[in-house]
Amino acid sequence: MKASEIEKTLRDELRRIAPDIEIDDIDQGAELREEFDIDSMDFLTLVTALGKRLKLKMPEADYPKMMSFSDMLGYLQNKAG
Amino acid sequence: MSQFLMPSLGADMEAGTLVEWLKKPGETVARGDIIAVVETQKGAIEIEVFEDGVLSAYLIDLGTKVPVGTPLATIQKLGEANPEAPKEVASEKITPTFAKEPAKAVAKSSPTAVPTAITGPPVRGRQRITPAARRQAAQAGIDLATLAPGPDGIISLADLSAPTDRTRAEQPAPMSGMRTAIAAAMSRSKREIPHYYLAHTVDITVAEKFVTKTNKKRAPEQRLLLGALYLKAVARALAKYPEMNGHFIDGVFHGSKATHIGVATNIRSGGLIAPSIHDVEALELDRLMVGLRDLVARVRAGRFRARELSDATITVTSLGDRGVDLLYGVINPPQVAIVGFGTQVERPWVHKGKIERRQTVTVTLAADHRVSDGHRAALFLNAIGKHLQTPETL
Repeated sequence: MKASEIEKTLRDELRRIAPDIEIDDIDQGAELREEFDIDSMDFLTLVTALGKRLKLKMPEADYPKMMSFSDMLGYLQNKAG
Repeated sequence: MSQFLMPSLGADMEAGTLVEWLKKPGETVARGDIIAVVETQKGAIEIEVFEDGVLSAYLIDLGTKVPVGTPLATIQKLGEANPEAPKEVASEKITPTFAKEPAKAVAKSSPTAVPTAITGPPVRGRQRITPAARRQAAQAGIDLATLAPGPDGIISLADLSAPTDRTRAEQPAPMSGMRTAIAAAMSRSKREIPHYYLAHTVDITVAEKFVTKTNKKRAPEQRLLLGALYLKAVARALAKYPEMNGHFIDGVFHGSKATHIGVATNIRSGGLIAPSIHDVEALELDRLMVGLRDLVARVRAGRFRARELSDATITVTSLGDRGVDLLYGVINPPQVAIVGFGTQVERPWVHKGKIERRQTVTVTLAADHRVSDGHRAALFLNAIGKHLQTPETL
């Protein structure tokens, strides 16, 4: 999958979970949970949706690689690209 | 023939607005079917029917706000002869009358009373309003009667953002419906319930390891959260401390055998709500997790079921992983206790005689002193902590 498609998928799913947050206004290097005000349930919902759409396992042990928006994007592009 | 009433969805609810019918006259309904959607201060609530039969007639127009207990429709029981042709029933539709003083009308309303609209369309006819505008108006606490429709005669979102002079003059700073609902319930709680508070810090290293180990080989949709273990530990502990589980109504405590745990859930647009997961004591962790996911997803979407808002027997509130050490809850009446879980913290902790790094959480309890005392409450908090030491048995 193209890098741009993966980014669009991530943006789609974040918008679904946090519709009140403008993705272009966030600090992409800061902690995703802070920037989008999401809790552990929202994060699990996000990982579930991304895992399904991109056909990835996204193990819990990899969560530290998904801390910020840019980390997450890099992780997804690396695994699904 | 029986009547389907506007249900009470919590002690603080006085009225609701019918916004959607999901069954038509003549359709068969079964106990548990969702037949209507009602807009309340807490959002859109799906209303279930409690008997089998046939929906014979609507008694209320869409968009009408009526007090709790008002008949919304008639249900003909199965096998019962229909005494009236549907058309006749429809023509006998009750015409809402309009109260001059809304607050009084609510206070006086009785379940058998002819419906009295609290706020609503002007007498000359029902106001037409788009669903989006209705939702927005309800959230902002705007009285629909104060709105002027657009040139097409329909109130849309645009008409809300350009309030009439009357709206501005009468409602300088309206509290949102959600805030009003929270204010009413919490004020009543602090006025009526003699709260007492306890706190207890628990080592949850074992519970956390159990979650990590369980999730290791699982796909995301099968994973557990520590929060599910918290709920189950509370349900287990309640079995031995029933005075924490139930409702206090008119000076009498009614204990509950079932543990319907209200899960305090944050709403992004502001406020919070605590719909319940039923029979937590009987749910395996995986089933409980499914229920929790479903509940949170529906809260986020702003849609709940009537029963789950009114029948919680205790509430659990959890700050999750971005909060502070501890929180003391305010009891949600008519319940008698609320258990709070602070944010999980890694602390130096004496474990088997040695100082170690351990994961800990501070659990609090606010309970009703009319029903229980600190001694048993302390044992209850200890029991929650003990259950979290054996997560595999939860």
